Amino acid sequence: MLNYIIKRLAIAVPTILVLIVFSFLLMHAAPGGPFTSERAVPPEILANLEAKYGLDQPLYMQIWTYIKNVVFHFDFGPSFTYKDRTVNEIIAQGFPITLTYGSVAFVFAVIVGVSLGVAAAIYHNSWLDYLAVGISIGAQVLPNFVMAPILVLIFTLWLGWLPGGGWENGEVKFLIMPVIALSTSFMASIARIMRSSMLEVMNANHIRTARAKGLPTRQIIFRHALKPAMLPVVSYLGPAFVSMITGSVVIDMFFSTGGIGLFFVNAALNRDYSVMMGITILIGVLTILFNLVVDIIYAWIDPKIRY
Amino acid sequence: MKTNLFISAAACALLAMPTMAATPMEGEKLAAEQVYTYRLLDDIKSFDPQINTDVEGSEIMRDLFEGLMNEDATGGLVPGAAESYTVSDDKLTYTFNLRDAKWSNGDPVTANDFVYAWRRLVDPATASEYAWYMELMGVKNASKVVKGEVAPDQLGVRAVDDKTFEVTIDTALPYFAAMTVHGSTFPVNQKVVETHGSEWTKPGNLVGNGAYVLTEYRSGERVVRERNPMYWDDANTIIEKTVGLIVNDENIALTRYLAGEMDQTDIPAGQYPRLKAELPDDTYSYPRSCSYIYWFNQGEKGNPALKDARVRKALSYTIDREVVVDRILQGGQYQSYNFTHQKTAGFELPEIDYASWTQAERDAKAKELLAEAGYGPDNPLSVKISYNTDEAHKKIAIAVSQFWKQKLGVNTELANSEWKVHTTNMQNGDYEIARYAWCGDYNEASTYLDLMTSYSGHNVSGWSDPEYDKLMKDSKTMADPNPNYAAGEQLLADNMVFAPIYQYTGIIMLKPEVKGFPIDNLMQNWYSRELYIVEK
Amino acid sequence: MLIEQDKMENLADALVAAEVKGRSPWVDARKRFFNNKAAVAGLIVLICVGLFAFLGGYFAKFSNDEIDFMVIGQVAQLGGPSISSGHYFGTDDLGRDMFARVVQGTQISLMVGVVGAAIAVIAGTLYGATAGYVGGRIDNIMMRIVDILMAIPYMFVLILLLVIFGRSISMLFVGIGLLSWLEMSRIVRGQTLTLKNKEFIEAAQATGVSSFKIITRHIVPNLLGVVAVYATLLVPLMILTESFISFLGLGVQEPLTSWGALISEGAGTMQYGTLWQLAFPLFFFVITLFGFYFVGDGLRDALDPKDR
Repeated sequence: MLNYIIKRLAIAVPTILVLIVFSFLLMHAAPGGPFTSERAVPPEILANLEAKYGLDQPLYMQIWTYIKNVVFHFDFGPSFTYKDRTVNEIIAQGFPITLTYGSVAFVFAVIVGVSLGVAAAIYHNSWLDYLAVGISIGAQVLPNFVMAPILVLIFTLWLGWLPGGGWENGEVKFLIMPVIALSTSFMASIARIMRSSMLEVMNANHIRTARAKGLPTRQIIFRHALKPAMLPVVSYLGPAFVSMITGSVVIDMFFSTGGIGLFFVNAALNRDYSVMMGITILIGVLTILFNLVVDIIYAWIDPKIRY
Repeated sequence: MKTNLFISAAACALLAMPTMAATPMEGEKLAAEQVYTYRLLDDIKSFDPQINTDVEGSEIMRDLFEGLMNEDATGGLVPGAAESYTVSDDKLTYTFNLRDAKWSNGDPVTANDFVYAWRRLVDPATASEYAWYMELMGVKNASKVVKGEVAPDQLGVRAVDDKTFEVTIDTALPYFAAMTVHGSTFPVNQKVVETHGSEWTKPGNLVGNGAYVLTEYRSGERVVRERNPMYWDDANTIIEKTVGLIVNDENIALTRYLAGEMDQTDIPAGQYPRLKAELPDDTYSYPRSCSYIYWFNQGEKGNPALKDARVRKALSYTIDREVVVDRILQGGQYQSYNFTHQKTAGFELPEIDYASWTQAERDAKAKELLAEAGYGPDNPLSVKISYNTDEAHKKIAIAVSQFWKQKLGVNTELANSEWKVHTTNMQNGDYEIARYAWCGDYNEASTYLDLMTSYSGHNVSGWSDPEYDKLMKDSKTMADPNPNYAAGEQLLADNMVFAPIYQYTGIIMLKPEVKGFPIDNLMQNWYSRELYIVEK
Repeated sequence: MLIEQDKMENLADALVAAEVKGRSPWVDARKRFFNNKAAVAGLIVLICVGLFAFLGGYFAKFSNDEIDFMVIGQVAQLGGPSISSGHYFGTDDLGRDMFARVVQGTQISLMVGVVGAAIAVIAGTLYGATAGYVGGRIDNIMMRIVDILMAIPYMFVLILLLVIFGRSISMLFVGIGLLSWLEMSRIVRGQTLTLKNKEFIEAAQATGVSSFKIITRHIVPNLLGVVAVYATLLVPLMILTESFISFLGLGVQEPLTSWGALISEGAGTMQYGTLWQLAFPLFFFVITLFGFYFVGDGLRDALDPKDR
């Protein structure tokens, strides 16, 4: 197991390097630069700007300098758009926010989704089952850029219960709508996956045996069925995590939460090379780590897998 | 204030001019809580006056810092950090007499602070994107400093003494004093900038000479500034705290306004009439100094058909500006047949022939011109409109393509790209017809008309005319430049260098309790210290 | 809404096992599929949506780009759905016929979904089959590349691609398709490894058939079941991705439109009394996604009948 983890982490290093070079080249190939603006910046001013930010160097030198700074100084450079700030500052400020509402949404989606799925499976073909399936069907495909304005309309304007945006260090009332908007479709997916896998497990031989022996249903579910039934959910978590990061763009856009999601898109549109790179690397590293964690959990749950 | 501000600006001394401040009218009762909350579209890019480049940043700059001159509620020039100024006889040396004022940390504001800031703007080490502003002002040696040919201390500014700041410019510029209203020229405290380095604009570090200090900044969420007790006119300031909420989506912003979370927000395109009917006291539409045009590329990479003025005219004539303004934008914008915003101070709208025709007349003339140019049903004209991603630009482009298709049988391809790509293509002359808007830097027609000279750097049409260049150059020294401006506009219309479409209005929701918002100022240069909130 | 990789792998295993046993999995699958009510309902919905996309145009009274100058400017009052005005689904904010636009948006979205899924499946299958069949170091390198690519935030790549190459339908197809082939290639490689050592492949090798031919003639056809299911489940994902791209304003060019573009426009104006602008495209979007989803699920269950 330990060997496996080490091996995976070893692959991560070249992965990140390739990611850096690939994104760097892709970004510089895009038309327009960070200083392209409505007022064409006169050439002499552009020269000063490029000199200041090192853009006058050949591309391979820029990449090399960048990698050197990241690896040895953990310095992701200054932002080209938000000129008072460095990428480190922007990430240090925005990432905890994304992480907070992201993990709350994640935990919420898993707990509610799993419970809903289990309940639907146990009461298979009852009204509860139909309700759970119905909800997850609707919630799964409603784009969050439709859901977010609907939430604001209902809870802020009509009911006046919740503030329409802001973060306030994650105070609960500012957290509710972002979490709902971000988690609903994942919750629905998890409920659906859990339901079908639970149904499958409940039909498996060892559960039938346990039932035949007259063990109480509750005990069967929690002792024997839940763990194997979780497997498909666990393997779903990796891709779900990545989609959630994409979803955070919408959250930041509609709820003014100040997370890195919006920076991610804005940096691409503004050609803010350094912010773009910083966030890409961050998300790349997180994706690798998260997939590793998911694999470890999977191995832990599933006794068949040995690394 | 319709009087010619440049004549008054050129007068020798401006002592005893009224300063501005929040002045409640008689009978108005102030609300207990004086907090003004407004919407910001995007995150603030910089709090550094010499680095900032955008409008929303400038609004904050005007609260945190104070330049030599300010604008009053109608856009007239009033003293700011300078109590008065004098101009030399050759009109090339301006001497500003500074008032006794303090920075928010208690240091006195001196002429050296201005010298430092102005040099900082052009210093290649600062690498300010707005360094060109000082070149535009014509400050002596500005261009050379930017190019690195001479040291920044060679810039034509000096501190005669602590309270006297002197500027030397290359050529007489009647509106020079008005240009000092711009954020790029605001002073910064040398000691603070040098102590904190790149950290100096953080709340707590930032020291300004404006009526407010930056107290909180949460990126992507909000910006808060609170009253500065050190400000020289603090006694007349009413608003205690101004909060800018960053809300990216305009529809969400409107919802939050309606829910009472904000005092001010923008109105999405097309929603003004409905909101006006529902909330007449909250809705405002007022002129705003920007002009919306469609460039016709007459350069090498453009569509050869557009090199023919008849084609350009035909296309421009068929754009039904009434539909664009009254049916699509619906915010009281002005139909446009010229370039300069018609409410620009001192500007007299020239008589452009097709402005007075009916749309039917224009359409008939357009068909004639297009046929003359050799295009018709057998040889249909095909053009491509480029615009940048935005709901309103999209709607206008679609409508224009329909006018052309339905009236002239012209095939139009629509090409939408994001802002950076659109701008790059325009600046490289790589387009056929492109949507563009120019917003005035200052309240005078040359801010528009200089754009079309061959040497402006912003004229991407590929058209130039020595006669036009001469008109603009000569206008600089004229007591009344209007005849030249009119002649220039006429040249643009005769050649139909671009199709003017509309001139902007600001359309906002503003709580009726908020008073003192300068809706009569074409530049919308508002200052928190002028506002106040009355009881409901 | 994502594809459950576990189930896909189980399915692939079952199909290969059946193949090896020399019994076609397709024989009973058809019957099982048509016994699945949800799947049949999904199929009917998809057929209806398909007919709507292809024939709807004949019923539209307006073209998708024609502005109704009677309506523009007063859309909330005059632009509502009505049989008499000919705007069955109402008009959009510019007075263009929503019916014609929904028909045309349906075409684009379905096309993006189907073509994108096809590109993903073809690229993934060929890549995975090649890696698995060739094996050894090349396999190792090819799969490491997949590992690396999987760590790249794909939405970012897609945004950049659309920015660099300009937005066009073909770029959208390729961009969306190329970003989804990775999982597919893994599954296909796994199955290829299993198939590779079977007698019929060895026989082919012995008779001197080229590697490329073996891959395309013998290995790929045996993966058809997985490919079909995967593709069906991939289509709704492609459509969802396209809608997000349109929401960011990077979608297809006007006057063309797509569900994503229509929905995001409609969502922006929903509180302004023009709810039909959201409702119609959203309705088609939702039923189609579920159609594909039920059909894909049904297909998978039909081909992989364990526990039944």
